[in-house]
Amino acid sequence: MSLGVKSKRVLTRLLQAVPTVFGILVVCFILTRALPGDPAAYFAGDMADEASIEQVRENLGLDQPLPIQFVTYVGDLLQGDLGVAISTGQTVTQELAKRLPASLELTLGALLLALTIAVPLGVLAATRPNSWVDHLCRFLVTAGVSLPTFFTGLALLYVFYYLLGWAPPPMGRLDMMFLPPESITGFYTIDSLIAGDWALFKASLAQMALPLITLALFTLAPIARMTRAAMLQTLASDYVRTARAAGLSRRRVLITYAFRNALLPVITTLGMVFSFVLGANVLVEKVFAWPGIGSFAVEALVVSDYAAVQGFVLSMALLFVALNLLIDVTYTLIDPRVGEDS
Amino acid sequence: MNRRNFLKGATTLSVGASLLPLAQLLPRAAQAASNETAVVVFGGTINSLDIHRSGTNRASYQVAINCYDRLVSFGTKQTADGSFSYDFSNVQPELAESWEISDDGTVMTFKIRKDATFWDGKPVTAHDVKWSLDRAVSLGGFPTVQMKAGRLESPDQFKAIDDQTFQITLPFPSKLALPDLATPIPIIINSEVAKANATPDDPWATEYLHRNPAGSGAFKVMRWNAGEQLVYERNDNWACGPLPGYQRVMLREVPAQSTRRALIERGSVSASQNIPNKDAKELAEKQGVKVVSTPIENCIYSLCTNLDFEPFKDKRVRQAVAWSIPYEKIFEQAAYGQGVPMWGGADQVTSIAWPQKSPYEQNLEKARALMAQTAYKDGFEVPLSFNLSVADWAEPTALLIQQGLAEIGIKASIEKIPGANWRTIALVEKKLPLHLENFGGWLNTPDYYFFWAYIKGNLFNSYNYDNPEMAKLIDDTLDMAISHPDYAPNVTRMIEIAFDDIPRIPLWQPTLNVAFKEGVEGYEYWFHRQMDIRPLKPA
Repeated sequence: MSLGVKSKRVLTRLLQAVPTVFGILVVCFILTRALPGDPAAYFAGDMADEASIEQVRENLGLDQPLPIQFVTYVGDLLQGDLGVAISTGQTVTQELAKRLPASLELTLGALLLALTIAVPLGVLAATRPNSWVDHLCRFLVTAGVSLPTFFTGLALLYVFYYLLGWAPPPMGRLDMMFLPPESITGFYTIDSLIAGDWALFKASLAQMALPLITLALFTLAPIARMTRAAMLQTLASDYVRTARAAGLSRRRVLITYAFRNALLPVITTLGMVFSFVLGANVLVEKVFAWPGIGSFAVEALVVSDYAAVQGFVLSMALLFVALNLLIDVTYTLIDPRVGEDS
Repeated sequence: MNRRNFLKGATTLSVGASLLPLAQLLPRAAQAASNETAVVVFGGTINSLDIHRSGTNRASYQVAINCYDRLVSFGTKQTADGSFSYDFSNVQPELAESWEISDDGTVMTFKIRKDATFWDGKPVTAHDVKWSLDRAVSLGGFPTVQMKAGRLESPDQFKAIDDQTFQITLPFPSKLALPDLATPIPIIINSEVAKANATPDDPWATEYLHRNPAGSGAFKVMRWNAGEQLVYERNDNWACGPLPGYQRVMLREVPAQSTRRALIERGSVSASQNIPNKDAKELAEKQGVKVVSTPIENCIYSLCTNLDFEPFKDKRVRQAVAWSIPYEKIFEQAAYGQGVPMWGGADQVTSIAWPQKSPYEQNLEKARALMAQTAYKDGFEVPLSFNLSVADWAEPTALLIQQGLAEIGIKASIEKIPGANWRTIALVEKKLPLHLENFGGWLNTPDYYFFWAYIKGNLFNSYNYDNPEMAKLIDDTLDMAISHPDYAPNVTRMIEIAFDDIPRIPLWQPTLNVAFKEGVEGYEYWFHRQMDIRPLKPA
């Protein structure tokens, strides 16, 4: 398949996403307005009277009929204006620009950590069923699935910060002694490396360690389980038997024939796992005072902060469109059949 | 492989994996809080540096307190347990060095300190005061309402006579005017900086002051990372009080209560603001942590019976409810014994102290007898609602009240209402038949409390109580001087009516709990319940 065809397919996929994103916009807009509660009364403050509530409603543009509100919203959106999140007093764009990297750094870091543990573990467990590796895999998977993240987070905090004092105080992305690095990617670890500041890199990694482990424990369970199951299946397949019979080396059979084929369901799982890690983030963010997007969205939802909720949903929708695209493209790289069919 | 080896393997591996990234990084101990810097953690978020802006939340009021000055402030008193509190009866100078009130009580003339300057070096003048108070009464929303409580409603009332002299004219004399000037709202802003950043659409520079405070107060904002932290830096030229004890105060937002508790217990932070009763009780017994619990003035956690709900129209039903509540148990299990009991008082009202104990206690016989006299002797069903954002005390309280009501045949079903909807449903629409409420008045006089809670239509009268005698008493008394001969009899009568009609059943007076690391001193309780960091100092 030529490069041109490939990029054309990517483009088509992107275009296909446009109606989806628009649909999400409409649904989200209607749903936020359908929520009970009156943001004007809430934001007017504790002792506001009728007149001041009305005034706030006007300032927020909520005195307009819904269709007009929607047109205004889409118009602003096309100019890149996501509005102001009243609950935090910042523009939604600012909030997303600051908080999305914070959450992604955690999520991607956790996925990476989980992958490096779960995939070898799953493969080993599959090749040595009922050995100690298999038992360990089962133990970790059960623990990861059954322990809620806030519990793991609190337990780790209790042991490594409270009792042992090894972890730094769980107060966000950086210890109080440090200033954040100049923002390039928004990931403190990467930005501090770009700036060549080792102390800062270590500090941000230290703050990340516990939340990262918490999330990784949660994430590695489905990945390890899926790897193990997929490996068992491919190892029992005809082509692996044939390869073995042909006298190929054990290594070659395992990696080229079994593992490559086993990767497909693992990748699919990864896409799913990514979405619920972002969800699990909320609790971890709360426990470790991590200024991420999950806690922001939940707080915004609680106080009916429309602009903030809409901005969050929109960014998530875009993120998932991108993610699905990425997974599809990865598929074509790993599985030659996918590319040739179309 | 046997079971023991398996377990051993599993633990070493999981512990090993967790240790690896941490091992090299962790010797940096928690020494952040030193003598120069204090670290305060809290569960809220700062959403604006301008208290006058609409949408500014409660937690953000502390910026107004620490970074701006007002004309006047309150003095300090020592409470029974040795801790310190502001003193409502003792108004002290802040930006004004002195003031005079005309004989008829309607003209207040303030002399502004000559040595007071804004952070940029510009002297504070009466013109800045005029501009700032004009702003507070003109912007609408909460600031305007709070100013109105002190009878300050229109820019016409404010006059800058010369650079040093500022005059306020009241429509009629009111005892609330002067103390209202000491609330967080009437801050004095550097009007030249603000005007330079105002636009025709935004004449009061709300966009600019939202992010850039321009004051004369004891602290400046050095850094504000919304959603994470606020760093205060001391203003060494502060003219209105003794130099604060800390050079820098970091305010960190830590949403999880358990994390805040771990931080203060480990000594990583200097103070944890507004901790729940359970933690206050437990932390008080720990080494290295000091807990200060102060009863919140003019505030009562109450159960309210809505007079729009048919059965509660009958006074005897309301009284029966008041006799059915297991107060003692609630105080133990919901308040963890922190606070002041508000039940089991004398039959006669003999003092005008407020809050004071109601004559009710749990007496099921009395309650049943009262119910038997009414049309509801077979009981009725009613939803009992509370605000989810105060679930820490409201949920156990509601469950215990539910049990008490069941004893007299009232079947209560519990309804939890999300914080954002609470205001609209409970306070604005006033349609909850039975609910828990926690109003507290900033200005510490009983009549001020009764004004908000017992006049039909007012915000905290969430139960549609309407009594012409009460309304008249409040109207007569609200502005009356405390030394007036009618004052004490009027207030006594208000309390009598409130207890007899009992639309709002007092449960207990809550406390504001703050935990400090050993070695942090000088904390003072304030009615606004925010941390005033100015008097804090290292030991």
